[in-house]
Amino acid sequence: MKNAILDSLIITKRQLLQLARVPEVLIFSTIQPVMFVLLFRFVFGGSISTGQPGGYVQLLMPGIFVQTVAFTLAATASGLAEDMKKGLIDRFRSLPIARSALVVGRTLGDSLLNILVLVVMAAAGFAVGWRPTSGILSILAAFLFLLMFGYALSWTGIYAGLAVRDARTVQNVSFLITFPMTFLSNAFAPTTGMPKALQYVAEWNPVSTMVAACRELFGLKIEFGATANSFPSQHPLITSLFYMVLIMVIFIPLSVRKYKNSSN
Amino acid sequence: MKSISAEHLIKTYDKGTVRALDDLSLDVAEGTVLSVLGPNGAGKTTTVRILATLLKPDSGSAHVAGIDVIKHPDKVRELIGLSGQYAAVDETLTGWDNLVMFGRLYHLGKQQSINRANELLERFSLTDSARRPIKTYSGGMRRRLDLAASLIVQPKVLFLDEPTTGLDPRGRMEMWGVIEELVKGGVTLLLTTQYLEEADQLADEIAVIDHGKVIARGTSDALKSQVGGERLEVTVESAQIAETTKIVEQISGNTAHLDAALRTISAPVSTGSKALMDVLRALDAAQIHPLDVGLKRPSLDDVFMALTGHVAEVEVEKK
Repeated sequence: MKNAILDSLIITKRQLLQLARVPEVLIFSTIQPVMFVLLFRFVFGGSISTGQPGGYVQLLMPGIFVQTVAFTLAATASGLAEDMKKGLIDRFRSLPIARSALVVGRTLGDSLLNILVLVVMAAAGFAVGWRPTSGILSILAAFLFLLMFGYALSWTGIYAGLAVRDARTVQNVSFLITFPMTFLSNAFAPTTGMPKALQYVAEWNPVSTMVAACRELFGLKIEFGATANSFPSQHPLITSLFYMVLIMVIFIPLSVRKYKNSSN
Repeated sequence: MKSISAEHLIKTYDKGTVRALDDLSLDVAEGTVLSVLGPNGAGKTTTVRILATLLKPDSGSAHVAGIDVIKHPDKVRELIGLSGQYAAVDETLTGWDNLVMFGRLYHLGKQQSINRANELLERFSLTDSARRPIKTYSGGMRRRLDLAASLIVQPKVLFLDEPTTGLDPRGRMEMWGVIEELVKGGVTLLLTTQYLEEADQLADEIAVIDHGKVIARGTSDALKSQVGGERLEVTVESAQIAETTKIVEQISGNTAHLDAALRTISAPVSTGSKALMDVLRALDAAQIHPLDVGLKRPSLDDVFMALTGHVAEVEVEKK
């Protein structure tokens, strides 16, 4: 067990070393969300009236946080697919290390990267007027929640990477899923403007519940969804937690099995 | 004492439709080099993957250093080194980063990992490029680093799966030098290759496999003598092929084989240099001036041809 943890940390360290050796990756993975913050804030911010004190940016920031965390699963998936293709996974599997180390190490590395990206984004948000109104503990809880969501999602990335085995394909596929998921939600605009059918999708979309949960933790309570007083809208924290657990319960065993059988 | 033994391995893919290994058995004595020689798709990589615990056979058993690879894969992993067809190292990291990381994964201490990395880089002439990312390395350097990574804990048994496939001639020569050094150190080596000369150069014994079975086994010399003696080879201009073929067949007493692309006519002979002189005289009399004439000892290519009935299909660079 001690070795399994140690092995995982070595794999995590590998990921950090990769970032140190190719700093472009880190720069671009932080520039993109900052760019989104600025674009949405100044392009849409003026035309979306929220009726909230502090304006659109208060609504926007939780949305962009969730979106950014969701987008990182594409990087997880493509990184793993690349390792598979290059034969690196075979090498790891021929070493006397815990079988779980490679995938666990990777998900930990993703979380560290998410911390950094969230900090940079929070600073960018603050610079353009974002002011969470809850207490420090609630704010920290929101970030913890985001990290947990990112951790759960990175297991879907692990599974996708092991299953697809081609970095570019899996990156495109991940994007094709995460992009509509983040927009078919309450992240950037009220869902009431959508066609009714899509409103139901948005209502139960984990991205929506995560965004609502974060807004609540940052001090904003906003209803969303197709039906008044819908459960996800009323209980975004619990619904989100349920989704996270559900994702992990499904994808951790799937990933571990896929990894074990990855050469068959 | 056998360091590697595989008995009656069967492995199928795609729900039994592809039979990668079809009752394959082989063994390697401690401290010796066995080369598994065969064309693409013969089952070489599958064999290595089973022995290196990456893959489970459908049936059959295998032992490495006396340990059952199916029952105790963890113990086997502590004793083996594996270097695959593609350099399986992290290309974004430097050579040094990679070796230190693998040292840590073999549970060496931090300082010990660093020392071992430096040692291996020195030994494989990679010290100068140790701090450069692997993606800037040449093909030969990558393979050497990959090999170094498989030697971190001085494995008792080493598997090299096509260690020189895709390398240029210089890279291949360098790799051979490195492998020869290793073998002197006493490691048991199983090497797969599709290059007949590589097996000839590096191995104590050769197992020829085709369609998932061992079809011949022995030293390079023994295999060559299975095919028979020397061959007379004459290369001429296209217009003279017909006449030359007649002359060669007359002297050999056997049917001649024509390699049309090279315009080379060849036939087995048993009289050695006398056949050579005879053919020269006959050609001279017929006023044919050959481009090349010679006696050839059988190569492993010939062995392969004789055993399988087809030429070893060597794909140049598969990616």
